Amino acid sequence: MMRLVLTTAAVLALAACGEKPQTAAGVKSDIPLFQGTSNAYNDPGWKAGDKTSWEQHLKTRLQNGQNEYNRVK
Amino acid sequence: MARMKFVCDAERCIECNGCVTACKNENEVPWGVNRRRVVTLNDGVPGEKSISVACMHCSDAPCMAVCPVNCFYRTDEGVVLHDKDVCIGCGYCSYACPFGAPQFPSSGTFGVRGKMDKCTFCAGGPEDNGSQAEFEKYGRNRLAEGKLPACAEMCSTKALLAGDGDVVADIFRNRVVQRGKGAEVWGWGTAYGSKQAGQPPGGKS
Repeated sequence: MMRLVLTTAAVLALAACGEKPQTAAGVKSDIPLFQGTSNAYNDPGWKAGDKTSWEQHLKTRLQNGQNEYNRVK
Repeated sequence: MARMKFVCDAERCIECNGCVTACKNENEVPWGVNRRRVVTLNDGVPGEKSISVACMHCSDAPCMAVCPVNCFYRTDEGVVLHDKDVCIGCGYCSYACPFGAPQFPSSGTFGVRGKMDKCTFCAGGPEDNGSQAEFEKYGRNRLAEGKLPACAEMCSTKALLAGDGDVVADIFRNRVVQRGKGAEVWGWGTAYGSKQAGQPPGGKS
């Protein structure tokens, strides 16, 4: 019985040492980036609102624009 | 998608400050505020190294942890952004950041410190993507336009890489393997006809 009380007390005491999850943020309503913009500067080649298309487009752009080993092969 | 990440290759950076200029132009950053800057170690000494530094969009961002008004948030792509309507300009983030990323415009009366400004990974802020309001507060939202940060895309030597962390790591790994070290550095075999340099692994000399 004593052991149970001590264990419970230890668990309760240690619970205070845990860090609170930092989920509270002042802003949570940002529009996802893959939704695109309404301006005229969108890069063609992907579909606004399609996350997979947007991600693939950025990966291709990164490989084409910043990996010169692709060009010198 | 993996997280968006920056990496600067110190072997390639030539301290041209093209990234700084591109950032200031693209985002119309006010005078006195530098979202990105080039730091040179052992400046003037043979073997000096330069790297381009801005907000690194940390996984466990210290600025986010210390902000008393919770103005920071993180996008699904791991980009750390903030809301200037919530920021009170206290400067705690500036003390917490190991990269010196948070900047404060001081054009107000009596040197009053304005709202914090920092690199957004060219992803704007909480306003509508690509809107005028977003541009005036945070600059261009290039990610929502299907583009990558202007600093990396403008880098003349491709020292600064930005984008999907997996692809960035892949490009960097390939680069290091290809260029080798010392006399194996990329281009030497081509330029000077060295027998041991510039040959692909397993290639004929």
